[in-house]
Amino acid sequence: MPVFDNIPALLVVLPLIASAIVSLLPSARVAWILTFVVTLLCLFMAFELVDIVSNTSSFSYAFGGWEPPWGIVFVVDGANVYLVLLVAFISVVSTFYAYTILAAEIAVEDLPKAYSVWLLAIASLFGLSMTGDAFNLFVFLEISALSSITLIALGAGQDRRALLAAYNYLIIGAIGATFYVIGVGYLYAATGTLNLTDIVDRLNELGTNQAAITGLAFMLAGIMVKAGVFPVHIWLPAAYSFAPSAVSSLLAAVATKVAIYYFARLLFGIFADITLLVEFFLLYILMPVSIIGIFFGTIAAIYQTDLKRLFALSSIAQIGYITLAFSLNSHSGISAGFIHIINHALIKGSIFMAIGIFAFGIGKRATMTSMQGVGRQMPITFAGFVVAGLALVGMPLTAGFISKLYLFKALFETNNGILVAIIAFSSVLSVLYLWKIFEVMWLKEPTKPLKIEKEPIMAYLPVWMMVAVIVVFGVYSNDIVMSGIGAANALIGAN
Amino acid sequence: MTSINLILINWNYIVVILLMMAGLYIIISNQNFIKKLVGLSIFQSSVFIFYISLGKVSGGTAPILTGNDETLYSNPLPHVLILTAIVVGVATNALGLALVVRIQEAFHSIEENKLLALKKFSEQEDRQL
Repeated sequence: MPVFDNIPALLVVLPLIASAIVSLLPSARVAWILTFVVTLLCLFMAFELVDIVSNTSSFSYAFGGWEPPWGIVFVVDGANVYLVLLVAFISVVSTFYAYTILAAEIAVEDLPKAYSVWLLAIASLFGLSMTGDAFNLFVFLEISALSSITLIALGAGQDRRALLAAYNYLIIGAIGATFYVIGVGYLYAATGTLNLTDIVDRLNELGTNQAAITGLAFMLAGIMVKAGVFPVHIWLPAAYSFAPSAVSSLLAAVATKVAIYYFARLLFGIFADITLLVEFFLLYILMPVSIIGIFFGTIAAIYQTDLKRLFALSSIAQIGYITLAFSLNSHSGISAGFIHIINHALIKGSIFMAIGIFAFGIGKRATMTSMQGVGRQMPITFAGFVVAGLALVGMPLTAGFISKLYLFKALFETNNGILVAIIAFSSVLSVLYLWKIFEVMWLKEPTKPLKIEKEPIMAYLPVWMMVAVIVVFGVYSNDIVMSGIGAANALIGAN
Repeated sequence: MTSINLILINWNYIVVILLMMAGLYIIISNQNFIKKLVGLSIFQSSVFIFYISLGKVSGGTAPILTGNDETLYSNPLPHVLILTAIVVGVATNALGLALVVRIQEAFHSIEENKLLALKKFSEQEDRQL
């Protein structure tokens, strides 16, 4: 069908147009229905896209018929097709979840506008994951940043500190994005093109070029800020902990993951020919930074009492695992990284959703003291939360186990015993903070009755949808493993 | 005299670096949120100048077809890109200023050190809950 040829463009354009319409709607319910229908359509198109790419291996869409390298192209191949599917799936589930929880956390008259920005964020995430143009990526990066900041600032109705978190993200994010543009400028000066595939060919001809190397450095620094990699993560904990719960679950699940995907594409797909520099960066910068990040995130999470901030800090550790897998610079390392991108998105998304329901139930922020016995009062949500928590540690029969398994497989290939031991130790550490939460929520007596009659089915259903996927991927791991290997094949060629 | 020539040839780029450093310094050193946004603007503007300088071909004219094959044109693409980047910069600044207004309403201050003290206080409140 001719419509299917335009799927990459439609995935961005549909939410974009819907966003404008939604902002004009007077009723919050109608706005939600339209948002939900649009995300469902996107999910359907994403499945269609997976189907197309599995037959043809790569699918490129030239905007306005301007062939690359002149026009802007969207390229979908093995490396990003599952990312597109992930963004589509998470946006459907978290929009479903937003029906009760977002409505409870922000003013009713703001809801249509919130859904409008919500759709804008989704459109930009699709754009980020598909674009094949270095400058176009910057534009999507900024749309994504500005819409995320607006969504985070909506948390001000609950806690005014959300405004400070949003402002900090704005300043740090804008510096990161500007660094990225400087990098693109250098790269354009060296190669004279912005098309990512074309850049690879030109760099190949150029050999080692000072301007290209400087460009790479700036681009990597900028993308690392957006991805929340350890030393430049400081905007992340506050932003995720003060944003409305539905927003936290959407952003924590996919916003940083999309940046990490592009980070991998820069290192392995585009600058792979500047071998010396990339190897130096991976081994002497990315690997130490990832390990420090893993420990920083885990240990900070152990001492944290606010649940949302705790899991935001644990996100930094999990991003550390992904970048560590990449830093091994091997086929199995890259596939492990991509497997963990998808698994961590599902796990963190469901955890933030569950915390949102707990906070909704008790009517205030979820902290270690306010959470006492809440697990007994809300058993259905708590059960989902526990499964997601166990997946975070890497318990067998959950998707988290598959990530850890492939990460260790990649680590063993390096024959570096110390590295394996360090990572095993850090995984054990993460049991500490989860156990602390489980203990408070299940073993302690409830102190106060809930503010709600029973658990809202519209809120725990999406949590369980995600948890079901986590368990299915843990048992039937073939699909998720193939997606990771497919991504590695697309970036550095078959093993 | 060669060093002076070098400075003169790369004058644009030297200005870019100075502006970039000034912008970053303002963002880092100032406590006032509005001043931070001004710093961000300066920082972004330096990148605009960088791109515009890249597109200039010495002796080139504006890229409008003259019909003469030997006309040397400047590269219009970086200029077009910067047009987009300026729009993005305006949007960032607008959102930043809107946030500063909201911060002033919520906290009655836009000085970072005062807000940090307030923030510590409210974190202690959280713990006591």
